[in-house]
Amino acid sequence: MVTLNVNGAPFETDTDPDTPLLYVLRNELELNGAKFGCGLGQCGSCAVLADGRPIFSCLTPISVLEGREITTLEGLGTIDAPGPVQAAFIEEQAAQCGYCIPGMIVRAEALLRRNPAPSDQTIRDWMEPHLCRCGTHMRILRAIRRAIDGGGAETRARDGETPA
Amino acid sequence: MNDPIPDLTRRGLLSGGGALVVSFAIGPRLALAQGEEAEVVEQRGELPGSLKDYPFVDSWIRIGADDTILVMTGKAELGQGIKTAIIQIAAEQLQVALPRITLQTADTGMTPNEGYTAASHSMEESGTAVLHAAAQARRVLLDLAAGRLGVPVETLSVEDGVIVGAGQRIRYGELVDDQLLHVRVDARDEAHDPSGYTIMGEPVPRVDIPPKLTGEVAYVHDLRLPGMVHARVVRPPVYDARLESADIAAVEAMPGVLGVVRDGSYLAVVAEGEYQAVRAMAALQASARWTGGMTLPDGAGIADMLRSLPSQENVIHETGPGGAAGGAGARRVEATYTRPYQMHGSIGPSCAVGLAEDGGLTVWSHTQGVYPDRAAIAEMLGVSEDVVRVIHMEGSGCYGHNGADDAAADAALIARAFPGRPVRVLWMREQEHMWEPYGSGMVVSASAGLDPSGGISDWSYDLWSTTHVTRPPPARNLAPAWLLERSLWPPKDVNIPQPAGGADRNAVPPYTIPNARVVEHYIPVMPLRVSALRSLGAFMNVFALESFVDELALAAGADPVAFRLARLEDPRAREVVQAAADRFGWADFERGPGRGRGFAYARYKNLAAYCAVAMEVEVEGETGEIRIGRVVAACDSGQVVNPNGIANQIEGGIVQSSSWTRFEEVRVTPDGILSRDWASYPILRFPHAPASVEVHVVDRPGEPFLGTGEAAQGPAAAAIANAVADATGARLRDLPLTAEKVRAALAG
Repeated sequence: MVTLNVNGAPFETDTDPDTPLLYVLRNELELNGAKFGCGLGQCGSCAVLADGRPIFSCLTPISVLEGREITTLEGLGTIDAPGPVQAAFIEEQAAQCGYCIPGMIVRAEALLRRNPAPSDQTIRDWMEPHLCRCGTHMRILRAIRRAIDGGGAETRARDGETPA
Repeated sequence: MNDPIPDLTRRGLLSGGGALVVSFAIGPRLALAQGEEAEVVEQRGELPGSLKDYPFVDSWIRIGADDTILVMTGKAELGQGIKTAIIQIAAEQLQVALPRITLQTADTGMTPNEGYTAASHSMEESGTAVLHAAAQARRVLLDLAAGRLGVPVETLSVEDGVIVGAGQRIRYGELVDDQLLHVRVDARDEAHDPSGYTIMGEPVPRVDIPPKLTGEVAYVHDLRLPGMVHARVVRPPVYDARLESADIAAVEAMPGVLGVVRDGSYLAVVAEGEYQAVRAMAALQASARWTGGMTLPDGAGIADMLRSLPSQENVIHETGPGGAAGGAGARRVEATYTRPYQMHGSIGPSCAVGLAEDGGLTVWSHTQGVYPDRAAIAEMLGVSEDVVRVIHMEGSGCYGHNGADDAAADAALIARAFPGRPVRVLWMREQEHMWEPYGSGMVVSASAGLDPSGGISDWSYDLWSTTHVTRPPPARNLAPAWLLERSLWPPKDVNIPQPAGGADRNAVPPYTIPNARVVEHYIPVMPLRVSALRSLGAFMNVFALESFVDELALAAGADPVAFRLARLEDPRAREVVQAAADRFGWADFERGPGRGRGFAYARYKNLAAYCAVAMEVEVEGETGEIRIGRVVAACDSGQVVNPNGIANQIEGGIVQSSSWTRFEEVRVTPDGILSRDWASYPILRFPHAPASVEVHVVDRPGEPFLGTGEAAQGPAAAAIANAVADATGARLRDLPLTAEKVRAALAG
């Protein structure tokens, strides 16, 4: 039995502890945000936060995640009350097919929690592990900038940091 | 016919309020599938767009007594924003608020057969049909209201679906009956005056984005049906290898495994849990022994191979006397350009859900064509199309014929073996990379004469390519069908003729050249599996043609933009070229060390959207890296429905093309495909993205919609090569323009 903490709630599962977190999130918790992309840690579609840091849920077995706070896309907001980063992405219409975007949002959230005022180059470098195939990069970068400049205050305040 | 469709899939769309439409029929159609193949079909009838096949208003628009408005499209949302655009068109023409429209997309159980969502045809076909059908529905309702009120129709107006006049208000829902909208669309009537549009032409936010960004069920990957089980497939090392043996008993004894499906060389495993299926797949794959199969080409010699294969010669364009002309003093410019095989490379591997129940089969798929896919699946299974329903749900980005149809066929084959259980099948990354149909490798050889005054005296352009279309049907174009005991192999190619063209798409120059000859050398065999990759041959042809025009301009000592404008007659082409150049600041551009500007133009298919791209690049001498700076594009897509949607497509096309152009090449040896993941098939990452991309959208109120989704790829590629040449003096002609090749060119 493994006990996970996902989006602030405990979840017990008797799934094989070697199972990557992604399968538990999608099939047991029925959370759609994290996506299967490569299963290799090369694309970032499956990203979630563990104690605020982005991890590849397609590779990380649940056995190593006990006691860590896991935050998925769903933990950042809902369709009726999207979180600041989600709202910024919607505002910028930063999606085409959108499949990679949940991972992008999660990774951007992690950056904003640790660095409230990143440079454009820092953002590009930080997002490097994530692939988008539709070529939505310019909009994704604009959305992250918007979250920093306009919509990020709530995120940072929630994380206990001082808004810039 | 049996109804294999569980109620939960009906989404209650038609249940509320009892829409009073009984006449809609979705029987078999006479024409071939639309999409790529539609180019082959002669124009039918006088009606525009998909009205040719579905001429009645109620094939597109249904209005319920409770004022619900259901709009139907046979096209699929692929992330291009088609849902939002069609809702905008319907709302504008019916004069109702956007939230009043419910849109049903591609479903063989409900919507018109609009073939494939491909070839940038969705707005031209479905958008046009909905435009005229909705406009006519409004006119029918207004006429009826005028009769009831006994007033001239001109005195009536519409406020959000309520007809107002003579001091009275009549809701649309009060007027409809079961036959009212079963009338032929009379597209000679104008849609209402574009100058009064308040919804069309506006950057309405896309309806599909918020659910995708907040974790709602948005993709077929997210579909969860009661009792659903998980499947994975095992594929041979090469397309047509045969399975000798596999340890099926051992795999069936693994935890959670419900069974292995084997039919000839077709192998799949089904388990209760998804990760159990992944583990079982790995074990099954490790135990499988294969034999035979075709020998793959050596990637290093793709260009030579293409030129050496037997080909059909098609002269697709000829003006003037032909042959090298120009007489004394003419200077010859000659160049050869190559493109390797390239991938769609969707970020999410292909996925489908199948359910065999009560003699019927339902497949949820991110296919581009629910009807064509249904026909192919039915043929593969040897059943009537009537018992198969294919419902579109979105997938990860499409970009053409990827693994979607194959995965749908997998779901059908596996679900048939587990009746009553919904089966979800998802490919692994390696399977997507190795089994999707690639964009064909190509070679272009160009030669032209420049007369002493800098004019083009003759132009000769030869291209070599395998096909760009192997879509299903027939069933033999589904990879799973190759592997069955009753094997359907090899796949069948289609060569799309001009004017749209396939391999030769955009091979005919848009410029006025008095003595030109263009020849397609079409190679009917397929050394590697290929099919439609976004823009088909246009990406390579525009890259080659617009690189060559730049080489000619340089040889003539002319400004590349002026050189193009001097040979462009179409005023709309001239306007996008001028707009891109002006907004980029072409005339005032200042070169620096390793820094240059590049320009390119094309009208997609020489029929669809016009697009010009200007950009600056910096070439890092030590590494050979091409850094793309500011990019400015101009696009004319006819009447604009959603300017943000057009900008998104052009931006995305430029960035995607900048990945194809700089990084991408399927690596293959006779022993197998080596490009199996993102390390062995690298694509653009954030640090490689342009510094900025600006898109200027030219609006053409009242003009027909022109497909936009594939307009930018070719021009972006040529603009990069032209900018590199401008920055360094080195002309690179072999895609991809890798840092290694740039370094070699600078050294040499």
